[in-house]
Amino acid sequence: MQPLIRIQTADFHFQQEYDNLRLQGGNTGAVVGFVGLVRDRDSDVPLSALFLEHYPEVTENEIARIIEEADKRWPLTACTVIHRVGRLKADEQIVLVLTASAHRKAAFAAAEFIMDYLKTEAPFWKKEIFSDGLEKWVEAKQSDRNAALKWEEK
Amino acid sequence: MITILYFGVLKQQLNTEREEINWSGGTGSELLALLNSRGGEWAQYLNTQYIFRLVINKKISSWNDIIPDNAEVGFLPPVTGG
Repeated sequence: MQPLIRIQTADFHFQQEYDNLRLQGGNTGAVVGFVGLVRDRDSDVPLSALFLEHYPEVTENEIARIIEEADKRWPLTACTVIHRVGRLKADEQIVLVLTASAHRKAAFAAAEFIMDYLKTEAPFWKKEIFSDGLEKWVEAKQSDRNAALKWEEK
Repeated sequence: MITILYFGVLKQQLNTEREEINWSGGTGSELLALLNSRGGEWAQYLNTQYIFRLVINKKISSWNDIIPDNAEVGFLPPVTGG
């Protein structure tokens, strides 16, 4: 299984990525797709945009490691992870995870595992840019850490 | 000579995203102690509460790892992707 990992500023097209993933074939019985979007508000002041920063090369390597770990637990037939960086407006797509496996439970679990670890392990940082002009780096959430930790107990 | 990169909120707290310093031979912890000795925000923010990961030459590393000459060192605050 050779995962497709891309970090890009451009948007992605779900159907196109799904079609590409399906070309890999290999006894796939289930594909699970997750798309993360930029919420328009987390607080009273509406969000104007999110700015995402990453650490080139290190980020790709970490994502590869996360997928490898997922593949050990739930054998995958194909996997795609696309994460956008740069300035993203509210409602824009930010992340895509596609997992393909022989069985649906494995595909669901692997997608959730990959997302939980993307949020806590892959070197991405979000900065909120509010409609009043204020900018604030998003702090890591304990709830995200707890979500990732639960996989360590399994 | 080593290059140090700061990311995310650390960059803002230290008002620096990249610097080169004349330094050779030592662990990540020793580099951190050297930077802490600058005082002010360097002492306040360059600690394990604010730094989630140390990266040496693009590899996730531990504080006991030796930083080689001409290395690129990255200080990573807790991540918030996804």
